[in-house]
Amino acid sequence: MADFAQTLMTTLAVGSLYALIALGYTMVYGILKFINFAHSDIVVLGAWISFTLTRWLFPAVGLDAHNPDSPAPPLWLGASILIAAVVACSLIGFVIERFAYRPLRKAPRLNVLITAIGVSLLLQNLGQLSFMFGPSPQKMPALLSNVELWRLSLPSSGGARNVVIGLVDVMIVGTSAVLMIALEFLVFRTKIGTAMRAVSYDLEASALMGIPVDRIISYTFMLGSALAAAAGFLYALKYPGLNQPAHTTWVLLGLKAFVAAVIGGIGNVRGAVLGGFVIAAVEQFGAYYLSSSYRDVYVFALLIAILLVRPSGLLGSTVREKV
Amino acid sequence: MRKPNPDTPFDSPTPPRERGLLGTLANSAWPILLGIALAAALHYFWPLGPGWLYYKKVVLDVGIAIILAVSLNIVNGMTGQFSLGHAAFLAIGGYTSGIVTYYGSILLWKSTDLHGGVLGPGAWLFVFACLLGALVATAAGYVVGLPSLRLRGDYLAIVTLGFGEILRVVLQQTNPILSPDQLDSSSLKNWLPPPVGGAVGFNGLPTYTTLFWVYVFVALMLVVAFRLKRSSLGRAMISVREDEFAAQAMGVHVARVKVMAFMIAAFFAGLAGGLFAHESGLILRPLDAGFLRSLDYVIMTVLGGRGSISGVVLAATLLTVLPEYLRDFDQYRLIVYSLLLIGMMLLRPQGLFGIHEIWDWRPRWFTRKPQTRSPSNEKRGAA
Repeated sequence: MADFAQTLMTTLAVGSLYALIALGYTMVYGILKFINFAHSDIVVLGAWISFTLTRWLFPAVGLDAHNPDSPAPPLWLGASILIAAVVACSLIGFVIERFAYRPLRKAPRLNVLITAIGVSLLLQNLGQLSFMFGPSPQKMPALLSNVELWRLSLPSSGGARNVVIGLVDVMIVGTSAVLMIALEFLVFRTKIGTAMRAVSYDLEASALMGIPVDRIISYTFMLGSALAAAAGFLYALKYPGLNQPAHTTWVLLGLKAFVAAVIGGIGNVRGAVLGGFVIAAVEQFGAYYLSSSYRDVYVFALLIAILLVRPSGLLGSTVREKV
Repeated sequence: MRKPNPDTPFDSPTPPRERGLLGTLANSAWPILLGIALAAALHYFWPLGPGWLYYKKVVLDVGIAIILAVSLNIVNGMTGQFSLGHAAFLAIGGYTSGIVTYYGSILLWKSTDLHGGVLGPGAWLFVFACLLGALVATAAGYVVGLPSLRLRGDYLAIVTLGFGEILRVVLQQTNPILSPDQLDSSSLKNWLPPPVGGAVGFNGLPTYTTLFWVYVFVALMLVVAFRLKRSSLGRAMISVREDEFAAQAMGVHVARVKVMAFMIAAFFAGLAGGLFAHESGLILRPLDAGFLRSLDYVIMTVLGGRGSISGVVLAATLLTVLPEYLRDFDQYRLIVYSLLLIGMMLLRPQGLFGIHEIWDWRPRWFTRKPQTRSPSNEKRGAA
């Protein structure tokens, strides 16, 4: 019972990270119908920009970034770093779309896909340059002290055990929830959201209806990149040992988030959130109860199983191809 | 000689001449014989100096990349399916053939040293191992090809990607390699999962990969690819690429064609995997089954052009040589590479050669057929 509760807590935290990243994949796919492989690199940038800012700003508020015993910085510092990372990544997302993807609007989708791979390689290796983030892993200074919020005593196989719910996990789940509700509101309740849904439904028809398609696509990229930056920031909070930008863990993180988007039904915003939590649950519970070395296998096996049974994902609708 | 039919605007193909059995054989076997001769020439005339060893490795890498890219092109370029898991077949072939040569050498000759020259007994064990690896990869290709009946486009890509990633993780959990001494005292526990080195990779394989065998297999790949493109199966594949529904309506067995494409591609990828595993200076690692290596070959096929065999050969050569060439710039190497990739997609989205082959651009005077005066030609001249 205690193990179950602890795993559930991890699932919620990791799942909300996956969900945030998956949202970016799903929105871009919904509109432009291609897998934006560079999306996971925006997450990386988000995490590394947060790291760099933290290192710069710690001395400014009189803290030592290298001393692990130094007191946690004030909450507003973390919040402003989050906002700065989000803004920076939105701009990067805008630039990428404007200069790499927009010229290819009429090209076959495979080409856009290859371009996305090129952009991804470019971002990874630019980030690895010694005057950028450098080619070695770094330790993120703690922005939040992981205070114990609740301690539950639950029965477990070897007597009662404590389940600790820390501030970091709650913060991750809370921030993601706020962002996701904001996105839900934006997509379903505002004019821009309506335009986005129209463009994803039929790009040409919405252009004829007077929707500024290019601008809407730019907004979508910026929105997706903002969520990715937030995910990167939260990821760095949860796992402070940041790998270098071209490390395969980032690619795998992106792939799993993409799998989440596909499982939920790609192009479907709510599906991406659902998929994120499903993937996290399969991964965490499989790792805990079966074998932790096969955690990636569970995710991809679930993906294949779901695609074979329901090719359009859990919440996706089947599009019938007309001849 | 048939009389030209004025009603058909196109030149009808001349009917095949009558040949005997030997004639037919000679006609269809000459490309592969030529390939073997060229491979032997490359092998025996390669300079021996130590400075040439590095170039030899690059040429070996180019050959292996050509096999992988051209075979992937059968699925991605000719049949229009999108596979992102080609490296999985490479890994399956490589690991299978590695088990055969490594443990086979120990059983036969009590050590994993090279046994015999290019055509010695060790090399034949290696060729047998490569073919076995290719067959196992073909079986895997059948399994991976099955979802292509139900899934299209990106979804298929994701399933093939998932397949490669699963294979990567499974390979990471394998047992450590058994040395000759450990082999005698090994129990079933050492063999399940197979002792192929886990996350470190399958090292210590005898290095049987030579210029001769690589380019014999390259020749085989190219002959199969060109003949496939002109066969009825190849035309069926192209029709599936162009329009699946129309192909089906015309009586093409779409399911069979797709699975065949996957199986042929997997066979050659498995073969290349055997070559890859036994190349000196390379270690076959679980990571080689994964998504990143598959991407390398996808990029080659896209850069070469959909279904253009010569274009893909050129792209595979360029993309293997280019990173080596840029090695001096080390940290800028992949930046230049990615910029070239993006620039290429923006400026020449159809790839180097589109759907054409290199020789489609031969100068007009080079064409063998003289311009005959047929009605269609006259019309063209008048217009």
